[in-house]
Amino acid sequence: MVAKLSEFRLKGLVFLAIVVFALPLFISNPFHYSLATQIALIAGAVVGLNLLVGFAGQISLGHAGFFGLGAYFSAIMTSHYGWSAIPALIVGAFGVGIIAWVVGRPILRLKGHYLSMATLAVGFIIAIILNNEREMTGGPDGMPVPAFDVFGWELSPFGQYSLFGMDISGDLAWYLFAGVVLLVAVWLAQNLIDSPIGRALRSVHGSEVAASVVGVNTTKYKSLVFVISAVYASVMGALYAHFQGFITPAVAGFEFSILLITMVVLGGMGSTIGVIIGAVVLELLPQVLADFQEFEMVLFGLILMLTMIFMPKGLLPTVANFLAKRRSKSAGGDA
Amino acid sequence: MTALVEVNNLSKAFGGVHAVEGVSFAVDAGQVYSVIGPNGAGKTTLFNLITGLYTPTGGDVKLNGESIAKLEPSQLAERGMCRTFQQMQICMNMSAIENVMLGRHLTLKSNLLTTLFRLPALTRGEKAAQAKSAELMEFVGCGEYVNAEASAMPYGALKRLEIARALAAEPKIILLDEPAAGLNAVETTALEALIRKIAEQGITVMLVEHDMKLVMNISDRLLVLNYGRVLAEGTPEQIRANPDVIAAYLGG
Repeated sequence: MVAKLSEFRLKGLVFLAIVVFALPLFISNPFHYSLATQIALIAGAVVGLNLLVGFAGQISLGHAGFFGLGAYFSAIMTSHYGWSAIPALIVGAFGVGIIAWVVGRPILRLKGHYLSMATLAVGFIIAIILNNEREMTGGPDGMPVPAFDVFGWELSPFGQYSLFGMDISGDLAWYLFAGVVLLVAVWLAQNLIDSPIGRALRSVHGSEVAASVVGVNTTKYKSLVFVISAVYASVMGALYAHFQGFITPAVAGFEFSILLITMVVLGGMGSTIGVIIGAVVLELLPQVLADFQEFEMVLFGLILMLTMIFMPKGLLPTVANFLAKRRSKSAGGDA
Repeated sequence: MTALVEVNNLSKAFGGVHAVEGVSFAVDAGQVYSVIGPNGAGKTTLFNLITGLYTPTGGDVKLNGESIAKLEPSQLAERGMCRTFQQMQICMNMSAIENVMLGRHLTLKSNLLTTLFRLPALTRGEKAAQAKSAELMEFVGCGEYVNAEASAMPYGALKRLEIARALAAEPKIILLDEPAAGLNAVETTALEALIRKIAEQGITVMLVEHDMKLVMNISDRLLVLNYGRVLAEGTPEQIRANPDVIAAYLGG
């Protein structure tokens, strides 16, 4: 049974579902729920970024830009134009996908540091626009965002709901919603990876020439994964905005972009569950080290560097490898 | 009948270096056609020109009568031309069979919808691709690695894996760049048998190779390059008897 599960394609998803649904048994504090919801939404964006960075081997140092665009599009449409949250989220994701495609076509021809610089610039430009369009975005002071509504029914962290006859608080409801969104995000990502498209993406990372000589249009696939990861960021950004109820251009900022990339690298590039662990660790760390807030960026930089040097495969793959080695040793070394 | 591959006055210069200059030849369908010549003669450059990795500075390449000199490698794969590399190009981040399944890319028509929701059509295609790939790994002689990671395979098996990947694309013509390089005598004999088996299936084979015994045994025709130019072209017997070739290459 255990052996069968360990070979199951979606074992990570099963594990994640257990953690997501078991967590409410251990926490009840609204602050903890709020933190967990925030982590789940950011983790969703990181899962999308991992498709680009971990699987296709392309870097983006401007991904918070897409997160911010999704967040602000939904915020502006729902507050200034009276849209409902779900159409705003969908139209926003669609628009961000188109922007990513248009921007991605030329810059994905670049490699290595040049691609990093170009994506960095894309993120900066988006952040600058959000900062300067004061009438729409409120500028650096940020803007309030209406609660997330589903067919006239509002989901607010401060509400009271009943589900299957059980009374649940707004924070728990939001947490469960974000948890389910994360599970769906992981499921879709895993389906993508375990497919001909996913194989083509991984081959772009493994050997671009090899991919091209068997018919993989590498430019097309790089654009595709760039768009998909931007759409992930946009959707998560929109949900994040509604959950927080207030956003500032920091959601599209450089520091947040670096944080997202650090989560991918720390957790384990190319490991969907790994990068979620990366998101959990890096979101919890500032809570533990609240006294060192000014040094947060220095700390993230240090974590990024130390991970690259000492465990280039990232947290989860390194630990899994270590455990597998120990197991084969204790089995008599003949494995 | 026109030739499958027709190369006309093909040239490639890197700055002042004329790596390939005015090369013309034709390969008929079903042939085993080898390109030989001393190191630096322009053999690999010629292959790179034919397979779209380089754009020629002059001349033309035709596949089935269509000019392909300006096409991308992936477009050539769509037209039935696949290749392997002297410096093996294996995706080490993937398993052995996934590398071969990558070769099925063009035959697996997939869209985002069937992929994201993993609809039955996708699973069916994947199963078929997997079976075909396992069969091809058996065919090239690395069947024992069907469950291995590519990074765990020895050099000789990886060279075969690369051929299996090219065959998975069901090419009309396959170009092998020094397939025998780094192989021992036993492996080279097995490779010779494999190339014959590939040719028997009606796939045209083009070969860059240094192993003269292998080349002379299996080739229908040969092209001898020297300093980027054609020194001689003909059947193995003609090449063996050609005084220029003997002087420049075979060393008397």
